[in-house]
Amino acid sequence: MFSADLLANAVVSGILLGGFYAAVTIGLAIVFGQLDIVNIAHPAFIIVGAYVAYILNSHFGLDPVLVGIVAAPVFFFAGALIYRVYFFAFERTGQESLSGLAFFFGLMFIIEVVLILIYGVDYRLVQADYIGQTWRVGFVDFPLRMLVPFAVSLALTVAIHAYMSRTFIGRAIQAVAQDRVALQLMGADPVRIKQWAFGLGIATAAIAGSLLIVIGPVEPSVGRQYIGRVFAIVVLGGMGSIQGMFIAALILGVVESMVSTFAGPSWSPAVAFGVLALTLALRPAGLFGRQ
Amino acid sequence: MKPVAFWGALAAVLAAGLALTSVVANEYYYNALYVILQATMMAVAWNILGGFTGYVNFGSAGFFAIGAYTTVALNKALGLPLPLLILAGGAVGGLVGLGLGYLTLRLKGVYFAIATLAMAIVVETLVNNWSYVGGAKGSYMLTPEKHLWFDSYIQMLFVVMLLLTLSAVAVSRALSSSRLGRGLAAIRDDEVAAECAGVPTLRLKLVSTTVMGAMMGIAGAPFPYFVTYVEPGSAFSLFIAVNAIAMPMIGGTAHWLGPVIGALLVGTTQEIVKVTVSSEMNVLIVGVMLVVFITLAPQGIVGVARKYLRRRAA
Amino acid sequence: MSDELLRVGKLGKRFGGFVALDNVSLTVRAGERLGLIGPNGSGKTTLINCITGALFNDQGTIHFDGRDVTLLPPFQRARAGMARTFQIPRPFRSMTVLENLQVPLEYAARGPSGRRAVDEALEVLEVIGLRERAQEDSARLTQIDMRKLELARAMAAKPRLLISDEAMAGLSSNEVDDVLGILRRLNDTGITIIMIEHIMHAVMRFSERVICLDAGQIICEGTPQSIVQDAGVQRAYLGA
Repeated sequence: MFSADLLANAVVSGILLGGFYAAVTIGLAIVFGQLDIVNIAHPAFIIVGAYVAYILNSHFGLDPVLVGIVAAPVFFFAGALIYRVYFFAFERTGQESLSGLAFFFGLMFIIEVVLILIYGVDYRLVQADYIGQTWRVGFVDFPLRMLVPFAVSLALTVAIHAYMSRTFIGRAIQAVAQDRVALQLMGADPVRIKQWAFGLGIATAAIAGSLLIVIGPVEPSVGRQYIGRVFAIVVLGGMGSIQGMFIAALILGVVESMVSTFAGPSWSPAVAFGVLALTLALRPAGLFGRQ
Repeated sequence: MKPVAFWGALAAVLAAGLALTSVVANEYYYNALYVILQATMMAVAWNILGGFTGYVNFGSAGFFAIGAYTTVALNKALGLPLPLLILAGGAVGGLVGLGLGYLTLRLKGVYFAIATLAMAIVVETLVNNWSYVGGAKGSYMLTPEKHLWFDSYIQMLFVVMLLLTLSAVAVSRALSSSRLGRGLAAIRDDEVAAECAGVPTLRLKLVSTTVMGAMMGIAGAPFPYFVTYVEPGSAFSLFIAVNAIAMPMIGGTAHWLGPVIGALLVGTTQEIVKVTVSSEMNVLIVGVMLVVFITLAPQGIVGVARKYLRRRAA
Repeated sequence: MSDELLRVGKLGKRFGGFVALDNVSLTVRAGERLGLIGPNGSGKTTLINCITGALFNDQGTIHFDGRDVTLLPPFQRARAGMARTFQIPRPFRSMTVLENLQVPLEYAARGPSGRRAVDEALEVLEVIGLRERAQEDSARLTQIDMRKLELARAMAAKPRLLISDEAMAGLSSNEVDDVLGILRRLNDTGITIIMIEHIMHAVMRFSERVICLDAGQIICEGTPQSIVQDAGVQRAYLGA
């Protein structure tokens, strides 16, 4: 059953998939990796992003990716608002570890159930010219519904990386987790910086959601499959490292694609958690992590 | 609560349950009560790790399903009777809790929480691919002919679940007021200070995850007989995991009574809403109640009541 | 050799590139009162974190009562007879003052449980002057009472070595005298005491021997009088 073109296609589609995973994960890489906030509702926000793309695409025929980019500022404000609640209810009183976790778990659950109540459990999809097309190079397929998300995700990762390392706020966000003294010297208010960073993390969910629904149809509970993936990628990449996150996303994409091709797609949900368990057991600091 | 009052209350509840079976015949009530009791037991189990020890378990549905599928597999392979299946479910659930704790409890609490989620999905993937227990399609359970002296099998299951739940409550209460319970509370409050006070934190956390896993496995073991048709979607339902977290959080996690109060309140509300409104709405209500309670009353109902009593006393 | 209780050999600890402890060696006799001084960030707290096991050292060995405890987890060191206070109080916040003491009594001291543990805890509280606060929530204590609770909790572990990490910061001079009196009486019963303190006159009055740390190294060691006159200590403190 093993053949070169099967392997090559599995690797290529794994890389494309992994690139897309970076977009799904990058918000959590900021929120969990930098701020230590365990937002397990992140995939749920991505599903909301996917439904926003679906609604505007099906009513007005707008391009889903464009919708994602336009919706990002709205998500930003929603994220900032959620952080406010989180800060006042949990962080300020030192209850993040139990109540804070349960808070995001509850949010995730509410988002999923509200979507089910409004749209039901049917799969939804979007229309765009490129979705059905495939480029072929030799015997390797490059379906555009994968290639477009890969490209957008790569651009998003580069942009966030530049933002985090080049701008004042970006550096302040990194200082918030690692170096309180430096933050004070910069004269920045940690709560406002975190609020900004959390907003930024949720804003990426709008774009990631639009990419998700370009790749394939979406229903409300799809988000749960991504919880394992996003945390596995952040931990494997090393907390707080954007480059590490991107490489980890590619690794997971390729491994999942291989398992799916050679063992069957029903095994792929377990791959992320296998990677996560191995990372935690063997190298908890991840591949490129700060200690 | 004084020991006499506590044991008296347990005996009274058990007697009331037995009396019910000789008065009411309508199966609906037993179904509803079974669901509430099952949720209570899950909440009590979750609270042993979450409330007493301070570690969040998101994978309650996984432990529950482990109990349920242990029943499916052993019933098919050996045809064991229910009491042995319950013991087996508890043993397997406890072992999985121990193993998971051993792998992840050295790390930060957050990773434990994520690992529990991971465990649930990995086990679900395994079950989906394991055709012996029905795979993704699920499998039917034959309801045994025998049901002791009860009028129907569901009546007997109800009494079994009542006994199991009352035992879980008794274990939880005994734990919370014991030396072991104080050690767990010390871990929850400050793990470093606990170690320096001589508390073997890793060992106690493992005890805690094992007891939790065993209790959840036991709660899941009779489930296949209750539903008669088990499939991964219902056994691993997110609803089970959310209830297991929401009920203790709403009732109050620091006291053994918290999860019981939370479970009775939320569980009863759910059964009423399921009948009068819709089952989706009933799912939504738990999520909203969870978020509202932990945001506005993080100590839960028991915590609020205590604060009120203290203020009146002062 | 038989009266040597603690021996720290060539201890080293780094945090990333920062050397917190560099080749620190010291011994403490059973029944001794040792003062540990040094400027902020000199490694005093890191040293006791390594001794009690809250941190693992990168290099060197720790012997307690003739036994190598270098790799033992903190709870076993506590059971072997080490107790400490924390510089910033870390009470078990969900418990009452009394319950805070039951934990070390039941675990570190492996004492009786139940009624008799309560009686013993109350005795310790009596000594430290927190008896009437026994049923209060520890989280609601004043800062000063929390410091006293730290000390009480360490005493309840029935240690052979008690390490007090700035137990007196913020106390009034009367209260400092009280705490010194308590430590003195504990010492009279045979408990070895290591005191880390910024209140210089307290350390000097209390200690039989003083060790001064600076930048992770022991810069001098001797009687309180000789330490005060040491040029290196003066440089470390006055920053000359």
